[in-house]
Amino acid sequence: MKLVNEAKMLIKENIRDYGMFIALFFIMIVFNLLTDGMFMSSRNISNMLDSAGYIAVLAVGMTLVIVIRHIDLSVGYIAGFLGAVSAILLMQYELSVFIVIPIILLLGILIGFFNGFLIAQLGIPAFVATLAGMLVFRGALLQVTAGTGTIIVQNDFFNAIGNGFIPSLAKINDLHLLTLLIGFVTILFFSYGEIKTRSDKKKYNFDVVSTGIFLLKMVFLSLIIGYITIILAGYNGFSWTVIIVLLVTMIYHFITSKTVLGRQIYAVGSNPEAAHLSGINVKKVTFMVMGSMSMLAALSGIMYTSRLQSATTTAGMLFELDAIAAAYVGGVSSAGGVGKVTGAIIGAIVMASLTNGMNLMGVGISYQYMIRGGVLAGAVIFDVMTRKRGK
Amino acid sequence: MAENILEMHNITKEFPGVKALDNVTFQVEKGEIHCLVGENGAGKSTLMKVLSGVYPYGEYEGDIVLDGKVQQFNTINDSERAGIAIIYQELALFPDLPVYENIYIGNEVKTGGIINWNQTIIKSKEMLKKVNLKVKPETLIKDLGVGKQQLIEIAKALSKDVQLLILDEPTAALNEDDSANLLELIKALKNQGITCIMITHKLKEVVTISDKVTVLRDGQTICTLDASKGEVNERTIIKHMVGRELSDIFPKRPENHFGETILELKDWSAYDQQLGRFVVKKADINLKKGEIIGLAGLMGSGRTELALSMFGNPRSYKLKGTLLLNNEEKNFRHTSDAIKEGIAYVTEDRKGNGLFLTQNITNNITAANLKGVSSKGILNSNEEVTVAESYKNSIHIKSSSIDQLVGKLSGGNQQKVSISKWLFSSPDILILDEPTRGIDVGAKFEIYTVMNELISRGMSIIMISSELGEILGMSDRIYVMAEGEIKGEVKAQEANQESIMELATQ
Ligand SMILES: Nc1ncnc2c1ncn2[C@@H]1O[C@H](COP(=O)(O)OP(=O)(O)OP(=O)(O)O)[C@@H](O)[C@H]1O
Ligand SMILES: [Mg+2]
Repeated sequence: MKLVNEAKMLIKENIRDYGMFIALFFIMIVFNLLTDGMFMSSRNISNMLDSAGYIAVLAVGMTLVIVIRHIDLSVGYIAGFLGAVSAILLMQYELSVFIVIPIILLLGILIGFFNGFLIAQLGIPAFVATLAGMLVFRGALLQVTAGTGTIIVQNDFFNAIGNGFIPSLAKINDLHLLTLLIGFVTILFFSYGEIKTRSDKKKYNFDVVSTGIFLLKMVFLSLIIGYITIILAGYNGFSWTVIIVLLVTMIYHFITSKTVLGRQIYAVGSNPEAAHLSGINVKKVTFMVMGSMSMLAALSGIMYTSRLQSATTTAGMLFELDAIAAAYVGGVSSAGGVGKVTGAIIGAIVMASLTNGMNLMGVGISYQYMIRGGVLAGAVIFDVMTRKRGK
Repeated sequence: MAENILEMHNITKEFPGVKALDNVTFQVEKGEIHCLVGENGAGKSTLMKVLSGVYPYGEYEGDIVLDGKVQQFNTINDSERAGIAIIYQELALFPDLPVYENIYIGNEVKTGGIINWNQTIIKSKEMLKKVNLKVKPETLIKDLGVGKQQLIEIAKALSKDVQLLILDEPTAALNEDDSANLLELIKALKNQGITCIMITHKLKEVVTISDKVTVLRDGQTICTLDASKGEVNERTIIKHMVGRELSDIFPKRPENHFGETILELKDWSAYDQQLGRFVVKKADINLKKGEIIGLAGLMGSGRTELALSMFGNPRSYKLKGTLLLNNEEKNFRHTSDAIKEGIAYVTEDRKGNGLFLTQNITNNITAANLKGVSSKGILNSNEEVTVAESYKNSIHIKSSSIDQLVGKLSGGNQQKVSISKWLFSSPDILILDEPTRGIDVGAKFEIYTVMNELISRGMSIIMISSELGEILGMSDRIYVMAEGEIKGEVKAQEANQESIMELATQ
């Protein structure tokens, strides 16, 4: 009984952090029931995660952009344009993938710095500056594909990014071994991290949850990771897309939580003037965040092009809005200074689950848009409400 | 016995980890001026937020009885309808809107559902007359000084037909003249039958104005003192507030020996491009090692602007003149340059540009010296915790832990975090802009003690303050500013309130 009460308190106080997990959990269960178990099938989950990948990396970058109180509307067509450029470099200039990918990422960073220049140096509102970028890159995409139309990419290595799976090493009971190993190691690392954080916190006399709740939480999360791992292992294992998303998340999580730069990003978002007076270079931080955003847009473009195995004239359309939606569903706050990259990933999965589940159920596209719009509005209302209560 | 307009019975309010109010009882008679005092974090603001419906019915325990009726406010609007108006610690005006719009915002004068601007202006003129303020209703708020803004807040409250006016530290940001003016107004309102509850840390004001004083300590009511029975004096109040006798307001200064001149400004001017005028004009000042200089002057005399102009110039003024640091000319291009050279600036506006309210105490304290808790750009969280703990203990930041969000601390404790942040950057020159604004007597004493300790270790301090007592009590030398100019320099021993005010109002 005490445990239940504590759990209730805990969820109430940390509703911001737990809310989206709970939402995701419900969405999955509901869809699974409505589709007679089709939703949670190995094949579907694997597909769903792959289709969420190129939005998830954008959502990670977008979260930081929103944390520093800006927005980036240009990312969709930057992804589309750079995806097309990568296809051209691969197919028309016949460059190696190992050269093309770094070039594209670098181009992304440069474009991002240019956005940063407009916003931080010239003081143009991010909304307008990146709206202009959106138009420019839409034009650029049409221009580079004008002669050829859709560019088919025939490069196995490149196409594996969006469609391939990690090698299995061996199969046990038809399960993908390397996937199981990675899943297992993730659980170990995760548990170790949680236990260490908790014991550190105890050492400093911070509030910690009771042992019962702590164990419950650990077991629950481990089970979820384990379950997803086993589901994926039953199909083709982890895809390269999932691995890329995991890597991006880990790197960004590390940067935001453990480095000086990360602290500066949140400081700028929390109170730009105070940050400036604390000797933090607000312009530099803005440059870095906008640069990282466009680099991830470049990555997203590569992933999308690879997934379609071709560059199309409409690639990237509305990616920015999906990314912004995922970031908000993932708990970023429009008031700045609050939001986690791990939340962005969950947000992206929530949005992808909605699309995927509704597709499975055969819901018409018109209703799909309305429902997704409703969920986004709900997430922002939730943000505003929890912030009010916090005061 | 006059009747009580307000009775709060057994109010208890808990936040996660803290009991902010513990069985508080508070009674206010109709038509009196009732001061609410207590140390930082005692629960004063919280009690008033309970009263005004910021914390709705159900989020606290106990009863609010207004005019004999039990009230259950769910929002601030409910309490306003019942005749309660609250003016918060931080002003809530819209700087870019004119006075008349600010007075009637949320309470618009309408005819047939459409705002009647002419009527609004006429009515706001009446309100301005009531608060004795001679400004045009069309003036923009940002063109008024803080003192006048505070009066606009009161005019706004009066426009709502208020019975019970609550003021949370109304004079904290005001200079002596404006404060006196405000207190006069409150007395005038009393004569019109308006009851007033005022929270303040300025005990002199309490003594001059109050009919009754209620003291809170650690979320509990300690006592209510009655002026008509001669119970209200500073000593008694302090004794109840801190629970012991406090003999001095200023700690003993150690015999100090000044070193060489560490900072010198020569012919220093700053031109504000947005305002289109000089905010600092040809200032010459110098500061020696181990010295405290006071910068006195009225609000808007250019003291903060002077401080900012030498602290890496964050507002991008056009600067002229020379800044010498240890006899070397410096040209700071960013606040980080100034910080690197050992200058620190504690802002006067802690919420506006001092603190990161959505972050915890630890992150705030280390924000100006992240190098000190990291290596190669990677943070060392153990180190951070040690640092934060040490400041929490040494200057008594009252909080459940260093993990608490700064936005949820009481005003005074926020100020302590703001100062800790700069102490941790271990500067040679510490600029304190209104360092004790909103801080209780005990904590003031602690901050003064810290200042003395710092100078005995060779640090130099520039203190900007509108409290003349503090300027006189703590400085070695005093510069008086007016209209961006240094109007005079006086030795602390030779100065008194009159001589400073004379220079400041020249
Ligand atoms: N929203 C909140 N969440 C958590 N704790 C809070 C919150 N608001 C106030 N507190 C805590 O409640 C206590 C009382 O705070 P309150 O603001 O009422 O103090 P105060 O008497 O007004 O102090 P000051 O003179 O410094 O303004 C403090 O310990 C504070 O940290
Ligand atoms: Mg207060």
